[in-house]
Amino acid sequence: MSEFLELKGIAKSFGDVQVLNDVNVRFNKGEVHALMGENGAGKSTMMKILTGIHMPTSGEIFLKGESLKIKNPREALSKGISMIHQELSSIKDLSIAENIFLGREPVKYGFIDYKEMFKKTEEVLNSIGVALNPKTKIRDLKVSDMQMVEICKAISYDAEIIIMDEPTSAITDREVEKLFGVIRDLKDNGKSIIYISHKMKEIYDICDVITVLRDGDIVATKPTTEVSNNELISMMVGRELEDVFPDKNNVVGEPILSIKNFSKQSMFNDINFEVRKGEILGIAGLMGAGRTEVVESIFGLHKLDEGEIQVNNKTIQINGPWDAIGKGIALVTEDRKEQGLALCRSVKENISISSLASIDKYGVLDRSIENEKVNDYIKALRIKLHSKNQEAGQLSGGNQQKIVLAKWLMTSPSILILDEPTRGIDIGAKSEIYKLMVEFANKGFAIIMISSELPEILGMSDRVLVFSNGEKTGELTREEANQEKIMEYATANLR
Amino acid sequence: MLETKIEKTVGKLNFTPKQFLRDFGIIFAFLLLIVVLSSLNSNFLEYNNIINVVRQVAINGLLAIGMTYVILTGGIDLSVGSILAFSGVVSASLVTGDSELPVLLAVLVGIMAGSILGFINGFIIARFNVAAFVATLAMMSIARGLTMVYSNGNPISGLSDGFKFIGGGELIGIPIPVIILFIVFVLGAFILQKTRFGRYVYAVGGNETSARVSGIKVNRVKIAVYTISGMLSGLAGVVLSARVTAGLPQAGTAYELDAIAAVVIGGTSLVGGRGRLWGTIIGVLIIGVLSNGLDLLNVSSYFQMIVKGIIIIAAVLFDSKVNKG
Ligand SMILES: Nc1ncnc2c1ncn2[C@@H]1O[C@H](COP(=O)(O)OP(=O)(O)OP(=O)(O)O)[C@@H](O)[C@H]1O
Ligand SMILES: [Mg+2]
Repeated sequence: MSEFLELKGIAKSFGDVQVLNDVNVRFNKGEVHALMGENGAGKSTMMKILTGIHMPTSGEIFLKGESLKIKNPREALSKGISMIHQELSSIKDLSIAENIFLGREPVKYGFIDYKEMFKKTEEVLNSIGVALNPKTKIRDLKVSDMQMVEICKAISYDAEIIIMDEPTSAITDREVEKLFGVIRDLKDNGKSIIYISHKMKEIYDICDVITVLRDGDIVATKPTTEVSNNELISMMVGRELEDVFPDKNNVVGEPILSIKNFSKQSMFNDINFEVRKGEILGIAGLMGAGRTEVVESIFGLHKLDEGEIQVNNKTIQINGPWDAIGKGIALVTEDRKEQGLALCRSVKENISISSLASIDKYGVLDRSIENEKVNDYIKALRIKLHSKNQEAGQLSGGNQQKIVLAKWLMTSPSILILDEPTRGIDIGAKSEIYKLMVEFANKGFAIIMISSELPEILGMSDRVLVFSNGEKTGELTREEANQEKIMEYATANLR
Repeated sequence: MLETKIEKTVGKLNFTPKQFLRDFGIIFAFLLLIVVLSSLNSNFLEYNNIINVVRQVAINGLLAIGMTYVILTGGIDLSVGSILAFSGVVSASLVTGDSELPVLLAVLVGIMAGSILGFINGFIIARFNVAAFVATLAMMSIARGLTMVYSNGNPISGLSDGFKFIGGGELIGIPIPVIILFIVFVLGAFILQKTRFGRYVYAVGGNETSARVSGIKVNRVKIAVYTISGMLSGLAGVVLSARVTAGLPQAGTAYELDAIAAVVIGGTSLVGGRGRLWGTIIGVLIIGVLSNGLDLLNVSSYFQMIVKGIIIIAAVLFDSKVNKG
C-alpha cells in the first residue's frame, strides 16, 4: 500500500488547553483506517485539522509527499478530503438536494438548474441504496435519514480521502450494512477512509488498520488483525477493563410507574407497560419504532390522544417537563444538540439548569452549593474538561453527552428514563455509566432505558420490551431475552 | 473550600487572549474613544459636560437594559420608543392642573402602563408563537396610536414641581435620572447573574428546545422579559417627561434603534444566549459619548448617524471574529 496522507508532529492547543501533542500518523491508499480513543482524546480535533476547520499550532501535513497547508474546508475539498461530521450539520430548511450540492449547485443560464440537481441527487442517493425524495426538507427527515444524507454528501465529492466521524451513531443496523458496502467499494477504488467509532464490532468488521489516540498522543498504529479486543481497550483506556457490564444485584420491587393505553396518531398505538422499583427496564426496537415518542409523552412533551400515567398506583397528569421533573421523572434525551444542551452556555450552567429550584433561596442561587454539586457529577462521570465555566460546545461529543446525563442525575429523580444513554460514549465511560445505573437501581429507583444496541439491552435489562412500528410487540424477561427473539419482535410490524 | 477558592481565582485568570479581547475589548474601545475625544476638545472632560452626557444617556440606558433581557432570549423589542411615549404622556397627564396626583402614584401608573403593554407583547409572542419582530412592530404602532388618542396629539405641560424633580433634580450632585439608571442596572445585573430567573433567560436564548425539555417554563420567561422591557420603557417615559417638563406624544421615535445598537455594541449576541449587562451599559456610554463629542466638535447630526452605523457594523464584525473557534 502506498503512503498517501501523512501528519508529522501535529500539535494543537486552544488557548492554553493542549489537545494534540505530537501526532505522527500515516494514512494509505485503499485502506480503512480506524481512529480510536476515549472521549476527548482528540480524534475529532485531529480530523478538523485535516479539513481546515482548525489550524494546527505546529506540525505539517503531507499529501502524496507534498507539504500542504489547509486553511478552510473548501480547500480541503479541493485537495480531495471530505468529512462526515460527528454532529449533524445539514441546514434543516433546505432540501436534501440543496444540502448535498450546497456551494456547488449546477447552474444553467445563470440560474440554479434544479432539474439537474434533483437528478444528480437521486443518483447519489441510489448509489448507496437510500430511497428518499431529493426535494424533501431535512427538517422532515428521521434522524437516521439525516445521517444518511450527510454520508451521501461526503461521498458525492468523489474525494480521495473520506473521514467518517462516528457515522453510525444514529443509524440502524440495516443502514450500517449499506454504509459498509459503500466503504468496501470506495476502498476497492483506491480511496482512503478514516473511520472513527466507539463501536468495537464495527472496527473489526471494516477497518484494516487501527490508530489509538490517548490524551492527544498516538499510542500505537497496528493492523487490525494484530490487536485483540482487550488489547485495544487497554490501549485506549490505559488500564485493563474486566467486564463492561457490572454484576447486577438490584432487587425488583413494586410497580412505580404504569403506562396505560398510550396512543398518539402516527406515533404509537395502545402502549401498556409498567416499571418497578429497583428495575432496569430495557426498550428495544429499531430506530423509528416510536420508543422515543412514548417516553417523551411520559415526560409531557407531546399531548396524548389517549392514555393514562400512574405513579405509585395513583393516576397523575403531567403537563410538561417541569411537571414531570417535579414528580421525580428525568429524561436523558437522545439528541444532545437539539434537546440536551445550550452549547453557548457553560458546562456548569448546563448541568445545574434543571435543579436550580433546589439550590436557590427566594430565587437567588447559592453558588457554593451549585459548584459543589456540579463538581461531584463532573467527577462521578469523569467529564473531561478544562474548566466547568467552559462553554459546553467546546467539549468533545462524548463529554457533551455526559453533561446531559449529569444534568438529569442532578435532579435526583426516582424514575430515570434514558434514551440511547451511551451514544458516542467511549467504552471505559460506558462501563462507568452502567455501574451508575445499577447503583441507582439499587437505591430502589427505576430506570427505563431505550437502546438500539442489543448488547446493552441484554447486558443491563431486568426485563425487555420490544417495540415495532409504534406498537409494543413483545415483552421478555432477562432470562428469555436473546438477540433472535428481540429481532423477531422488532420486525414484527414491518412487511 | 480552599480548593474552590483557588479554582475560582485561577478560573478567572485563565483567559486566552481571544477570550480577554471578547470580554474586555469593548472597555478598551470606550477608553480609546474618551482619550481621542478629550484630546480633540478640551471641554470634553469637564464636570459639566460629563454630567450632561450621563444625563442624556439615562433614557437610552433604561431602554437598553430591558432590550438586553429580550435579546438574550433571542427576541427583539421594537416597541420601546412608543411605549416610552405612552407612559410619558399618561404619567404627565396625572400631575397637571386639577387632577394632580401624588408624584409617586403618577410614576407607578406610568411604569404600570408600560408593563402592561410589554406583557401583551410577551403574551402574544409566547402564547401564539408570533415572531417577536412582528408582534413588537405591531405594538410600536398600537402604543403610538394610543398615545396620540390619549393626548389628542398635543404635548401635556404644566407638570408639578415634584414630578419635574425626577428629571431635573440632583442628589449630592448626581442627576436623579443617573441614579435611577444606576439602581436599575445593579438590580438588572444582579437578577441576570445571581438568580434562577437570570439563568433561565440565558438558557432560553441558548437553546429554546433544550430549555423546555429541561423543565423551564419557556413561555413564562418570554412573557417576563417583554414585561421587563415594557416596564423599563415606561420608567424611561416618566423620566423623559420629567426632564423635558412635558409629556410629548412624539417622544421616543426611533429610540429602539439606539437601544438595540447599545446592546449589540455591548457584545450581546442577537441570536440570544450570550451577553452581559455591563457590556450594554458601555455600549450606551459609547453611543452617548460619541454623539456628545461629535456635537462638541460641531459635526452635523447627519454625519453622526453615519458614524454610529459604522460603529455598529464594526462591533458586530469584531464580535463574530473574536467568537469564531
Ligand atoms: N474549540 C475548543 N476550545 C477548547 N477546547 C476544545 C475545543 N474543541 C475541542 N476542545 C477540547 O479538545 C479535546 C479533544 O476533543 P475532541 O472533540 O477532539 O475529542 P474526541 O476524541 O473527538 O472525543 P469524542 O469521542 O467524545 O468525540 C477535548 O478535551 C475538548 O474539550
Ligand atoms: Mg469526537
